[in-house]
Amino acid sequence: MTMIEVRGLTKRYGLDTVVDDLSFTVEAGQVTGFLGPNGAGKSTTMKVILGLAAPTRGAVSVGGRRYRDLPVPLTEVGALLDAGAVHGGRKARDHLLALAVGNGLPRRRVDEVLARTGLEGVAHKRAGAFSLGMRQRLGIAAALLGDPKVLIFDEPVNGLDPEGIRWIRDFMRSLAHEGRAVLVSSHLMSEMAQTADHLVVIGRGKLIADTGMTEFLRGRGEGVVLVRTPEAAAFALRLTAAGAAVREGPDSSLVVSGLASEEIGKLAAYHGTVLGELTPQRPSLEDAFMELTRDSVEYQGVTA
Amino acid sequence: MSPARFGHALHAEWVKLRSLQSTWYTLACLFAVGLGVAAMATGRAGDEYRSASAAELLAWDPTARSLTAYLVAQLVIGVLGTLVVTSEYATGLVRTSLVVTPRRHRLLAAKVVVTTAVAVVAGQVLMFATFLLGQALLAAQDVPHAELGGPGVLSAVVGGGLYLAAIALFAIGLGTILRATAGAITTLVGVVFLVPALAGLFPAWFQGLLDFWPTQGAAAVFATVPNPAYPHPWLNLGGMCLGVAAVLGAAFVVFERRDV
Ligand SMILES: Nc1ncnc2c1ncn2[C@@H]1O[C@H](COP(=O)(O)OP(=O)(O)OP(=O)(O)O)[C@@H](O)[C@H]1O
Ligand SMILES: [Mg+2]
Repeated sequence: MTMIEVRGLTKRYGLDTVVDDLSFTVEAGQVTGFLGPNGAGKSTTMKVILGLAAPTRGAVSVGGRRYRDLPVPLTEVGALLDAGAVHGGRKARDHLLALAVGNGLPRRRVDEVLARTGLEGVAHKRAGAFSLGMRQRLGIAAALLGDPKVLIFDEPVNGLDPEGIRWIRDFMRSLAHEGRAVLVSSHLMSEMAQTADHLVVIGRGKLIADTGMTEFLRGRGEGVVLVRTPEAAAFALRLTAAGAAVREGPDSSLVVSGLASEEIGKLAAYHGTVLGELTPQRPSLEDAFMELTRDSVEYQGVTA
Repeated sequence: MSPARFGHALHAEWVKLRSLQSTWYTLACLFAVGLGVAAMATGRAGDEYRSASAAELLAWDPTARSLTAYLVAQLVIGVLGTLVVTSEYATGLVRTSLVVTPRRHRLLAAKVVVTTAVAVVAGQVLMFATFLLGQALLAAQDVPHAELGGPGVLSAVVGGGLYLAAIALFAIGLGTILRATAGAITTLVGVVFLVPALAGLFPAWFQGLLDFWPTQGAAAVFATVPNPAYPHPWLNLGGMCLGVAAVLGAAFVVFERRDV
């Protein structure tokens, strides 16, 4: 089910076209990764979705309506744009309470989201004393207050430690499992590969790719396989005979292309060759992403 | 779920205001400064009275004297009003607030109503308190003092409280338009102190506006001895309130239009 629809969205700031005729949808039950280099227009698009910035052209709808026409917004959409957006002098619980009563949500929702994000112990601490990870959790707690069908997160793992990243990643996956639509932005492809089911890639405000994650990974061409064996020279000949292209890799390994790792394994078994290592090498996701967005990064560093 | 209403936004703004220690500190500061100034203004009035000239005795206004605390109190209550808006811009919380209440007029109106309620109560309590303290000190020095039932006294005390509430609203307007605490408070100081101090330098057409200016004509409401320049002090106060309404109106317009 389509939960967010962006149609022909253009946003200009002065003469800068920050988002350029962008169209995509976000579906229920999956995590949609919103990917693009710095300055691509991800945050701006999210602000337009939430009614915080007015589109120059085009339209955006959430659950079929403009955001500002939602009767009880928090029950439809939860958003975390900036974890720092809390008043440092306010206790976590009061922060959430103010948001909850603003939409007439029952007070017990505050305790429920505090529990779900593991913040019960610090509910009566001032948000100013929170670590970045705790602030992220507080922001996520706020997004969950109304038990919404749509969740929007802008770079939620920025600056978190590995444990925090893992927690947020698992959390987003579980939200999608519950049937919610999750839109999450990032400029890290590797991060998205582990979280997203669907990818929307933009560069300089333009749509570059709108594709399923598996299609995207499969479409990145054939991988190569790294093979290590004591009988490297002999096995290289057999591989070539089987139609593979072989070149020498680091530390007397073989880099094989044209044969899948399974076939290489079978070949070795057939000839009784001992294998020390058999590793499919994917071109890194980061490489694929840079390839895709090369023409659209705002500021390109000069490589010496 | 029933649709979110204005009452919900009001409730949210009240929770926000009361859950900040800074709100209570600012109010405590308001009373400390207000009562302190009232005590200073009346504490030595005995010597002054006994060495006063005939003209000075004619203009002797114990009520206005005890209410001079408004001069400083207007700044403190202005800070309170400003922060209701600018603290949200400083942290980015205004975005979260607008995600909760996307109808912008509704959000700003809720802030205005809650702040008005707090400022009216604080302003009235402060003016009554400074009046009573000032009169007690005057009485102790055995100089003429006023009573709440005296001519024009209640009008000055209540009018003074409303004056302070209007300044708080003016500050909300400034905060919304300027979106920054420092800018809004500097502007407030400029309006309530600098402009009156430089009054003589302005062109003639501007002098007319000064009749309705804070610390100038609008402050005539604090006096009980009639001032020939301002025969109807409530008109001057009303004029200031109209000006405040205009600033607030502009604030509603820009708040609706601007991206956040
Ligand atoms: N209020 C504004 N006024 C002018 N320009 C703006 C404004 N907001 C954003 N921009 C510009 O719009 C462009 C896109 O910004 P945006 O924050 O949407 O990018 P992003 O994809 O979120 O980048 P990042 O990964 O760095 O967060 C940037 O060039 C930015 O400078
Ligand atoms: Mg961004």
